[in-house]
Amino acid sequence: MAADVRLSEQAIDPAAELAAFSAAHEAAGGIVSFLGQVRAGGGVKALELRHYEPLTLPGMRELAERAHARWSLEGLLVIHRTGLMHPGDPIVLVAAAARHRRDAFAAAEFAMDHLKSESWFWKREQVDGEWRWVEPREQDFEDIRRWE
Amino acid sequence: MARLLFLGRLEDVAGMEELSLPLARVCPLAEVMAMLPGELVEALRKPNVKIAVNGVIVAAEGLAIADTDEVAFLPPVSGG
Repeated sequence: MAADVRLSEQAIDPAAELAAFSAAHEAAGGIVSFLGQVRAGGGVKALELRHYEPLTLPGMRELAERAHARWSLEGLLVIHRTGLMHPGDPIVLVAAAARHRRDAFAAAEFAMDHLKSESWFWKREQVDGEWRWVEPREQDFEDIRRWE
Repeated sequence: MARLLFLGRLEDVAGMEELSLPLARVCPLAEVMAMLPGELVEALRKPNVKIAVNGVIVAAEGLAIADTDEVAFLPPVSGG
């Protein structure tokens, strides 16, 4: 079963996406999903995600293939926003469907950890009218090392 | 025209997202860099900046740029 991997310049509708995903994978006994959204607070008014077309989507597809190869999955959904967002907006939706729940939990977490630390995205925040680039977090690298 | 793309914070250092440079022949990366401001070159040469030519990550060492190439400078990603 091929993974459904997308970049979206438009708002994501997580409920509609999950409904369609679960309808497409009736053989799955469990679906684990993760929704990342723009965190409110810290004076952040807006967030912009930039990507590099030739690398970003192919990299996400390759990540999905690795998850499929490692766990027994019925399906995998990865949708990532690009462009301008505001606090509360969904940034990323990952869902893993499997016959048994452990595969679904692990694959969803694996996909998120790798999206956070490896995927070709650059993020900047607008605070007090000024844009500043967000640097990588050490925690993200620690999160990915767990899967080695 | 060779297209140079500056991703992430490199855009701020460059003051632009991309720059087109006419190259009369295939040029070593160092020659292309010599056409750019020193502050930008310093930022592009940092070891954690990766380079993609026409969408493929390549090593900076021995790299030569053709007039038709798209060269992207990629600083560390900030996570999705």
